[in-house]
Amino acid sequence: MNRASLFVPLGVFVLILTLGYVGFDLGARSELPSALINKPFPEFNARLLGRPEQSITRDDLLGQPTLVNVWATWCPTCLSEHEQLMQIAATTDVQIVGVNYKDRPDKALRWLAQFGNPYRWVLDDRDGLLGIEMGVYGAPETFLLDARGEVVYKRVGDINPRIWRSELAPRLLQLGVSIAGSDADGARQP
Amino acid sequence: MIPELGNFALVLASVLALGGAGLGLYAPREPVLQSGVLSMVFGQWAFSFVAFTALIYAFVVDDFSVSYVANQSNSLLPWYYKVSAAWGGHEGSFLLWILIMGTWMLAFALRSDQYPDRFTTRVLGVLSLLNLGFICFALFTSNPFLRLIPLSPADGADLNPLLQDFGLIVHPPLLYAGYVGLAIPFAMAVAALLEGRVDATWARWCRTWANMAWALLTCGIALGSWWAYYELGWGGWWFWDPVENASFMPWLAATALVHSLSVTENRGTFKSWTLLLAITAFSFSLLGAFIVRSGVLTSVHSFAVDPERGMYILTFLALVVGGSLSLYAARAGQNTAKVGYEVLSREFFMLVNNVIMVVSLAVVLWGTLAPIGYEAITGGRISIGTPFFNAFFVPLGLMLLGALALVPVLNWKRTRAQVLASVYQALGVSVLLGGLIWFALDPASLLVAGAVGLSVWVVLTHARQLWFRLGKGSVPAAYIGMTLAHLGFAMGTAGISITATQSVESDVRMSPQSSIVLAGQQVTFTGVIDVLGPNYGAQQGIFIVTDGDRSYELRPEKRQYFAGGNTMTEAGISAGFLADTYISLGEPLEGGAWAVRAHYKPLVRWVWLGALLMAFGGILAVFDKRYARQRRRQEARQGEVTLS
Repeated sequence: MNRASLFVPLGVFVLILTLGYVGFDLGARSELPSALINKPFPEFNARLLGRPEQSITRDDLLGQPTLVNVWATWCPTCLSEHEQLMQIAATTDVQIVGVNYKDRPDKALRWLAQFGNPYRWVLDDRDGLLGIEMGVYGAPETFLLDARGEVVYKRVGDINPRIWRSELAPRLLQLGVSIAGSDADGARQP
Repeated sequence: MIPELGNFALVLASVLALGGAGLGLYAPREPVLQSGVLSMVFGQWAFSFVAFTALIYAFVVDDFSVSYVANQSNSLLPWYYKVSAAWGGHEGSFLLWILIMGTWMLAFALRSDQYPDRFTTRVLGVLSLLNLGFICFALFTSNPFLRLIPLSPADGADLNPLLQDFGLIVHPPLLYAGYVGLAIPFAMAVAALLEGRVDATWARWCRTWANMAWALLTCGIALGSWWAYYELGWGGWWFWDPVENASFMPWLAATALVHSLSVTENRGTFKSWTLLLAITAFSFSLLGAFIVRSGVLTSVHSFAVDPERGMYILTFLALVVGGSLSLYAARAGQNTAKVGYEVLSREFFMLVNNVIMVVSLAVVLWGTLAPIGYEAITGGRISIGTPFFNAFFVPLGLMLLGALALVPVLNWKRTRAQVLASVYQALGVSVLLGGLIWFALDPASLLVAGAVGLSVWVVLTHARQLWFRLGKGSVPAAYIGMTLAHLGFAMGTAGISITATQSVESDVRMSPQSSIVLAGQQVTFTGVIDVLGPNYGAQQGIFIVTDGDRSYELRPEKRQYFAGGNTMTEAGISAGFLADTYISLGEPLEGGAWAVRAHYKPLVRWVWLGALLMAFGGILAVFDKRYARQRRRQEARQGEVTLS
């Protein structure tokens, strides 16, 4: 056997390792800047998931604070944050709007039927065009809009109990959203 | 107090692992020091066992001051789920990993009389070094014994309802036994490289361990697939998600290894290749741990939450795999042997197997890593799904089946073409049978008929040859094991191709007392009742399925767990050897109606039964006389030494 060929496996491994490291580095950049912060949420006109005859626009979101949550069935992290969203829907009166991003509608509807639906509306963004407008990096992502439709806060990654407690709940209270069990509720989680 | 004891035991185990690694790799000639390495291996196992028992204890007595217990358990859980909750989360499952590692080392140490003393010492040294890495990972980045004092909660957050299931009690231990078991062939390969000696004897030693680990891994994967099938409520049994791929990759490498070892044992060739496969198989176990534990491939975001774990595993991976591959590059060249063989020989067909396994491995690796690479370069996300994998695995599987059918009649080195006559007869029968099945089922694709026909061909040639050899006298257990494993593969592929193409799925709205027809069966929905489980309340749908004269009830549930408020779907399944009827409840609709998902899945059981048959064949081969005789010969030789 050729002596040099014995080094091929090592070379392949180093390549894979580098890729893993780059992926790691990318993940470590948890604070992603959003061009939209303190700017108006982009204008859009999107069809509703499962009800393609009906569509909503940016104006429908105005008048009250809104959480816009980007999710998809191909995204396991979305499933892990889902419980938290269900809890927010149950304990607060903030309106939650889902953007079903680069997904198949039949799968998405099935997913909602199985795990519950925290959303007032779910926008069908199967080709990801709305996602481009919003500057979405990946799923899940969550935008907090005030009553005038300006982006107050953006979270790339999941809404877990820690993020809810320390970043989201205080901002919702600031915007005048009432949280069941008052402001202590957000902090009560073990 | 008990959890602190567990923590302390883990620290002691790490010290012994350090000692075992240092002394074992130094490989002393003095018998006293060699038995020192053995005792340190016993110690590692004993202290891991103490640590694991301490964790189980904390779960059973509901010690919610331990952070991990508070996150994973709840006082309402039945006792058996409290025990299995110990490995339901990251920290505890890693402690289980360590205990299983210790157990494999213990098993190797107990059989050490079969091998030369210095070889045993080296292997145990390598294993101790790996174990040291695992224990430090647990101690520094994911310690299950950390306390929540003074803020201990009154009750726990509950075990994820998905995991409150029999499947979870047994799936991780089996899967881990397979993953970690591959460490033994790996350590044997490293020890052989250090000694610069790889021969047929080495391959014979290595085969029992590789077969055992491979069989356990097969069982673990099959069990995971079965669990996903009945617990997730989708009716699917394989999703090509990164976690599944993480277990499939070491399996493919181990399958190649098991075959390549056979060539090295019988013909003394394929040596460097076998060594490389032994290293590769375990490396993919570690990569699997990296993928599952760090979350880097499922979502870069979840990874960011815990960067130090990922960094640790990445460094560990770099050291272990990089180190062993460097050793391979430096030393493996010494073991070349030129042994000739023709195309129609076992050697060549083993090579075909190996090439197909390695190509499959590359496909799965690409399908798993490409999304992260794409994200790293462009910042966008792509998703590689079933179509990509099917495009490769359908032709690869068919090729493998075709090659497999010839295996029983092949000899080492060369085979006379005349013996192929029986194979052609079998081919005729299977083409006829495959065509008949095709005609009867009328599947959309000729590929299905091909897969079924080829499976039948494999079964016929194997059964015929086994029958022939049984008639001529006793047949070695290894040969029967090989035949069973190959029959299992044929059974599995037949099951996969039929269930993937012939299943009937219907998502319908059903109101009480209404019926649908599902694959010739009448399914009647009588209504929904409320039932109460130990830690959940459930709405239970009652369905009556009538199939000709036979009639039975299915009761799928929609469960609401008290502690976390989670909702879970529990499918109602009527399992059959030939087909499953599968019903799960969706959402309640107005007027007492429900969204209902009803599936009819022919031969779905064959997928798992085939895998179990493969695993059984692998284990049977371990008990071949050829491996047992070895021990007696060794004892006899030692006896002679003492006499003289």
